[in-house]
Formats: sequence, structure tokens, C-alpha cells
Amino acid sequence: MHGWCGKILRVNLGDQTTDELRLDPQIYARNLGGKGLAGELLFEHFQRRWDDPQMPLVLMTGPLNNTSSPTSGRMTVMSRSPLTGTICDASVGGKMGTMLKRAGYDGIILSGKSRSWSGLLISESGVSFTDATQLNGLGISDIHTHLQAAPGMGKAAHAMIGPAAEQGVRYAAIVFDGHYFAGRGGLGLVMAEKKLKYISVAGQQKTAVFDSEELKGAQEEIYRLVAASPILTGDLGISNYGTGALYDLMRSRRMMPTANFRQTYFEPSAAMNAAAYKKRYKTKKFGCAGCHILCKKVGAKGEIIPEFETMSHFSALIGNPDLDAVVEANRICNEAGMDTISAGVTLATYAEISGQELGPEKLLKLLADIAAGRGEGAALGQGSLHFATEAGCPEVAMVSKGMEFPAYDPRGAQGMALAYATSTRGGCHLRAYPISHEILRKPVATDRFSLSGKARIIKISEDMNAVVDSLTACKFLFFAASLEEYARALYAVTGMQTSAQQLLTIGERIYYRERIMNARNGFSAKDDDIPLRFFEQSGSSSETIQIAPVNRQEFLQERAAYYRIRGLDENGLPTAEKCAALGLSC
Amino acid sequence: MRCIGVIMLKLLNKYAQKLVVHGLCAQDSPLVGGVNDVVLWNRKDPRSAELERIITGLNINSMIFARPVEPFASILDYHCRNSESEFVPEDTETRTFLHSIPVARTLTATEIIPLLQKRTGCVIEGQGIICSGTVSPEQAFVVFSSIIFSAFVKFFVDFAYALHSGTADEEAKNMLPELLAAYDQFLPTSPATALETGPFSMPDEILQAMITAGQATVDARMVDSFFGNISYFANEHVYISQTGSSMDELASCIDACPLDNSASTGITASSELVAHRDIYLAGDQRAILHGHPKFSVIMSMLCFEHNCENRGKCHIRCNKQRFVDDIPIIPGEVGTGPRGLSHTLPPAVQGRRGAIVYGHGVFTVGKHDFCTPFANLAKIEKSCREAYLKLITESASLPRF
Ligand SMILES: [Zn+2]
Ligand SMILES: [Zn+2]
Repeated sequence: MHGWCGKILRVNLGDQTTDELRLDPQIYARNLGGKGLAGELLFEHFQRRWDDPQMPLVLMTGPLNNTSSPTSGRMTVMSRSPLTGTICDASVGGKMGTMLKRAGYDGIILSGKSRSWSGLLISESGVSFTDATQLNGLGISDIHTHLQAAPGMGKAAHAMIGPAAEQGVRYAAIVFDGHYFAGRGGLGLVMAEKKLKYISVAGQQKTAVFDSEELKGAQEEIYRLVAASPILTGDLGISNYGTGALYDLMRSRRMMPTANFRQTYFEPSAAMNAAAYKKRYKTKKFGCAGCHILCKKVGAKGEIIPEFETMSHFSALIGNPDLDAVVEANRICNEAGMDTISAGVTLATYAEISGQELGPEKLLKLLADIAAGRGEGAALGQGSLHFATEAGCPEVAMVSKGMEFPAYDPRGAQGMALAYATSTRGGCHLRAYPISHEILRKPVATDRFSLSGKARIIKISEDMNAVVDSLTACKFLFFAASLEEYARALYAVTGMQTSAQQLLTIGERIYYRERIMNARNGFSAKDDDIPLRFFEQSGSSSETIQIAPVNRQEFLQERAAYYRIRGLDENGLPTAEKCAALGLSC
Repeated sequence: MRCIGVIMLKLLNKYAQKLVVHGLCAQDSPLVGGVNDVVLWNRKDPRSAELERIITGLNINSMIFARPVEPFASILDYHCRNSESEFVPEDTETRTFLHSIPVARTLTATEIIPLLQKRTGCVIEGQGIICSGTVSPEQAFVVFSSIIFSAFVKFFVDFAYALHSGTADEEAKNMLPELLAAYDQFLPTSPATALETGPFSMPDEILQAMITAGQATVDARMVDSFFGNISYFANEHVYISQTGSSMDELASCIDACPLDNSASTGITASSELVAHRDIYLAGDQRAILHGHPKFSVIMSMLCFEHNCENRGKCHIRCNKQRFVDDIPIIPGEVGTGPRGLSHTLPPAVQGRRGAIVYGHGVFTVGKHDFCTPFANLAKIEKSCREAYLKLITESASLPRF
């Protein structure tokens, strides 16, 4: 096999045994890797509860990892979400994807439950289990330092969970190499439930490439497009300013979620943009293995500069005008190992319900309490929907399927309304990311104030991103490149004859399978929705920009169109006909 | 009909009309289709049924099928006759976006679908161009005009080289007079409305001047509207057209980027922001206009250097000082990469009217307004066309490769 290793490590944490799974090459070809292959492996388990020891937690690389294909350092983590009950996959950067392949594995399937806190060491010479009790209660950077100090593991990749997961926070993350988050949906809690504290992987194997000259050609095409992309490598782009480069744009388009999505404009935001962080913290870049964009930023004193979503939610969403407090809030979440988006929205829910302003002090205290499972923090650690429901006002939770929304107000980019609603893991922007065309003009601009005709666009984008997460490539690259260039890279690496459109068909099957898994757990049209607030209240308009509510009827029309285009019934459920067409069991 | 269809139809008609207004297609020729949950067309046509099979056989949301006017139709057919399955022009648009242009012989779903699975557009011999979009018919429109541009450039570049090496075919030679005559209508014209005279300082004035100049550049056929860019420097800001904006639709598509980068709102600004900014910083220019006039691109790609060590790499490196009149021809790829024109362009235009980027287009500069850059863009294109005609008539006297 070229590209893939052809073997997947199966680990039973209960009796500390392992074996290797060798799948038919056809299964690889149909699922590519990452999200696709993880979904395939989880399919039969999907009616298990997230905390059932037999519910697997899957780490999966793709065919491009450990090759010179651009941004080939990513991978997927997937299981069932403790926060939402839906499927939950997260694309994560760092070097784990590369290292797993170097150790000879396409992925790891973790099941069972360890009796006490344990660690997992994987190298070419074998797999071993360790006692990890001494890491309990430590913050992520201490854990990371500790793991790096282990003999022979200095250059290894490390996945770990922090105190938030230990405390049962439902949006606890798995943190890779100290900085990269499988952030959303509580995958860290799934790992904690298995009493697995960390995974360290080292290896030196090369991944066999089918045609390296062809790969060079594909690489050149992709790099050429990246260089031509202002959003990625322009002077004001992500490479220079991090994802925070989007902050000014959201402000100027008046779609920055403010005061728990009751407004869409935050006055102090002008002084809290990416340029302000760059100036104040004198930032430098870093990033994933195999990437030249280097979207992450670190300050001169080692301060981790927040990503766009974090910048936005810890400022506008909760009404905090203090830049340093945003950085500190981000640090607390990073050290605790929890998702900043869910944390931010949950705090905003708290603020709205309790009628309080969250000053910097209160913000930081509550975050620390969540991480420690202390006082009010314990309830806030259950997520926004749970918290609001307990308080008797579930409508205040800005979530879809129980997952908190990121920092794009759907009234300012209406495709987002449908994208949030149809996302298989809940309120997530990354499935269809209509921001790309509605705001960033890629591949071309569409009307951001209309939902009309967006159903098919969103369906195609979901399929495309399913491919991207299966390859496993970086979504940012697709502001510049397309599946056309990646089809060539995939062919070069694996020898698999394919095209952009054939890849989309693979993506369609992967995404439809997620709908099936969710449907089996009771999800239907009633869950493919967003809170009433967005249909009833206007955002913060300016003299020139009108931020009107989303038209409910248009939303329902487009959602119905989406179901028809996707081959779902009127209730959003899979149909036998479409399952058969895609070769899926219904 | 639901409002959904109405909005989609408006878009379909817009791009059908644009193909006509840009002089690329005859009135009533373009067929533009869009699909959400049902397929809509801008007009009825006997071929819709087959096209519908194509549009629904792909994960796309829009499609254009049309036969371009002369000389483009004949040029496309020439390439079809002389290619097995595809042809590969070497200009920047092909290199960066199209990669290659597939060729079909019949307008049938069975033949077209596999081609459009791989590429976003293809040519059907004797019938026209078919292209697709995934979010808007605008993508299909862009691919359509890019194919025309690249095919045109390839024809004249190949012909000059073939003539020079004594291998020009009779077919091309015979076509030439008619092609050139048909292309006369596409030569630069003077603007319909006079361009505003500067200098400008008020943002409103600046935007208006840019909008007028952008429209004039498209009207004068000096850019296929989606590409090209334009900027003005004032108030410590670079006012620049957004990435992928159409030069004839610049209203609300201009970003004001502060020189000190204190805001990144301009993340949507043209990929050439850095090149524009560095030109402003290096001198007293205030206006930059960038178009893709075809003969300038053709001439930039004709280098008869014997045994050149950079052959095949002219787009990224060239150690010859090449000129058309006083205008330098320089290498450089789109954007800010290590071989980007953000590095090559600013020094090249120092003290000059502008520069031609190999295989790509022309940048011209002005100290007050867009009058000079516009006039020079047209002049450069005229010179290049004359130079080309001279080249092919005198080719026999040139040294052989
Ligand atoms: Zn250009
Ligand atoms: Zn040369």
C-alpha cells in the first residue's frame, strides 16, 4: 500500500491488551482516512452511550500524513459527544498525525476502561502502558513537559487531557503537543472516562509514496495558490496575524456575537484586534508539522495568543474590554484542557440569566472554578444548554444540538444559520463554513444576507470538508486550493485515480453516514435548528449595514430543500433509497 | 414560483448578460443553469435536457454553456483539432487556476461529466465552452472568460514560436488574417465617460475614481473582469479592490488598508496589496491599475533567447533585461510567495510608466489619478500588438533556435 500503513492499532484499556487491525484496501479507498475511516470504524458502536467502556475513542490519520503534501500534519479524533450525544469528530494539528504514521499505524482504536489513570506509549518497538496517577491535577504545560522528559520521547507526539476532563467538564478537550486542541464536544471527557491520561507516540518509518514527481507537481500547484491567497499569506492574513485576522472583519461586518448573541457589535473591539495583540505581545509564529502557514502565535514571553473564536467570545460575547484578561482566560482554558468556545458561551449564558456583567476578575474566577469543578463552576462545566435548562430558560442557550456557537452571528452571514442547524456535531462553523464565500469571497462572493439557494452550497461544502478532514488536510488551505489540486496529491501519494467530483461523492457518503448514526440516537429535524433569538431579534445595525433577523420561513424552506438535496426524508431522517445508493446500511 | 427561484434566476440572467456585455458571446447564446433542489435555466433551449443530466450528475450549483464569438470560437476549435484530450496554455491563469483545458467532441453527459469531475471547465469542439461553479454562476463565468483568455494567448504564442522555428502549420497561417480582423473590436478604446482627475483625498472621491477607472478598464477590454486590480494611495491608507472582485462591479468591493497594518479588515483585499503598497512607499505614485490585455501577455511570453538556461522557468526567473518600448517584462507569480511579484514588481516600476509581468498582465502607475495609468495600459497593449505583428511578418529574418 502507498500512503496508508495498512494497519490500525487496537487498544483495550481494560485488560491492557493490543492487537492490529488490517482493513481491506477497498475500505481505505472508500473512506480515505481521518473522519471517514474513524466514522466507518465507529458505525457499529454508535448506539452505545459515550461513557460505555466499549464505546471506542478513535484517533485516525490520513493517507497524506507523513508525506510532503502541504499541511499534511493533521488528523481526526472521533467518538460520541458527552456534550451533545451526537457523533463528534475533531480535526487536530500538531505532530501526532505524522508520528502515528512514523510508528507504523494509520490510527488507534481505544476501548475499555483502565482501573487507574494510565498512559499509553507507542513506538516501533511496541506498545506499553504506564501508571499516570502522578500527573493528576497538573496543568497541560506541566504534563507536556513531563511527557517530553520521558526517555526517548523528547521528539514524540503527545496527546493528553487536563484537569477539566478529570473534573467531568463536558467540553473538555484532548490537547496535542501542549497547544493543539481536539477541542469541541468533550472528547477529552471520553478519554477521561477511559482513565487514559495521555498517549505518546514516536517512530521513524517513512510513508511510501506512489509517485513522488507527481506529488511535487501537486505540491507546487497548492503552494502557488497559497501564495496567491491574501487570506492565508497576504500582509494582513492568517500567516501574519493568526486566525485573529478575522476579528476586524467581523467587527466591520457587524456580525461579532456580543452579549450572548443579543447584539452583534462590541464597541471596545476596535482596540482588541489581532494588530493590538501583535503589538502588545510582540508575537512570533508557530504551527503544525508539515505546514508553512504557521497560523499560531506566541508572545515574546511565551504567552499563547488566543485564536479568533477565543478572542471574540472572551471579549464581545461576555462584555470584557480587557485584552490581558482575554489572554489569561485563554491560558486558563488551555491549562485546564477545555474548549474556549463552549466555555465562553456558557459564561455568556450565565451572565444573561444572572443579569450580571462579567468583569475580568469574575470571568477568570469562573473559568478556574469550571476547571476545578468548584462552586458554580461545577454546573457551568455541564455546558450552556444544561445550565440554562436547569435555570428554567433553555432558550437562552446559544447552541444547536447542545453545542455552543462559535463567533459568527448567523444574522450577518445567513448561510451560517443553516450550516449550524445541519452540522452533525451541533453548533459548529467548520462543517460547511459559508463564511468562506459570504465574507471571505472564496471561491467567489455570495449574498450574505440571503439564505436563498444556500442549501445545495452548504451540502456541497459539508461533503467537501468531510473529504478535507478525511485526507487529512487543513481547512484553511481551501481558502486557496481546492479538491482539484488535492485529488492530484492523493493520486500521487496513493496511486488512487480520482477527481475533485469523485472525492465529493466519497465526502457525501461519509457525511450521510454521520446522519444515520445521529438518527439512530434520536436526532431529527427538530434538532436541525437554531435558537429563536436569531429569527426574532435584529442584530446591531449601523447606518449602512442592516442586521435583520433570519427569516424563519426562508430558513425552513431552505432546510427542506437541504433534506431533498441530501436524500433525507422530510423529518431529516435517512431514507432506504439513499442508503442503498451510497452503499450504506440504514 | 417561490422567491428562491427568483433570486437564482436573477443571478443566472446577470451572468448570461455579462457574457454578452463583455463581448464574449452573442446575445441569446449563453445558457446559464443553477440548481438548489431543482434546476433552473436562464432560457429555454433544446439542449437543456442533456445539460440537466450533466448539472445533476455533478456536485455543483451552477453551469454555463455558450459558444463564444469570433475570433475565440475559431481559436478554440483550432486547439480542439490539435489536441487529443486537453491543451495546456502556459499563462498565469492556466498555471494557477485552470491547470489544463480538457477537450470534448460531443455535448453528451457521458463525455462531459468525467471531464468536469476533474476540471471546472472544458471546450466542446465546434460547440463552445461548458463550465461549472459550486457556490455561484460567477465561478463558471470566471472559468469561461479564463479559458477564452488562455486559449487566445496560447494560439498567438505558439504561432510565433512555430513561425520562428519554421514549423508553423498552414492551418494557423490561413486563419491568422481573419482572427486578427475579428479581434479588432477588442482593441483598447477610450473610456466612455472621462476618468476623474486627481489628486483625490476624500474617501468618496477615491472610491468613485476607482469605480470609474475599473469600469473603463473592462469596457476597453483590457481585463477579464474578475481578475486585475486597482488601488489608490491617500490618507496613509491603500484603497484597493478586494480579492476576486470584478473591476466593473467595484462599489462595496474596495478595502481601505491602513499603512501601519493597525487593522486587518483588508484581509479580503487583493493578493497584490503588498506589491501595491511597496510601490507607493518607494516613490510618489498614488494610483495603480492592473489589467490583463492579451497582446501584452503574449509578447511577455515570447523570449527567443538561444539556449536560455531558464527556459520553462521564465515565469519565475529570467536574467534577461527584456522590454517592450521602455516597459520592462519581469517574472513573478501571483502574491507574496518567495517567487511572488510582490518582490519583483515594485523595483521594476521605479521611475517607469509600468511593467509587464510574464504570462500575466500589465501594471501601470500614476502620480495623481487613473488617467495616466489607463492611457498607458492602452498604449502598452497597442505597442505590444504592433510588436507582435512586426515579429510575425519579420520572423523569417530572426535567428533560428
Ligand atoms: Zn493579474
Ligand atoms: Zn527567458
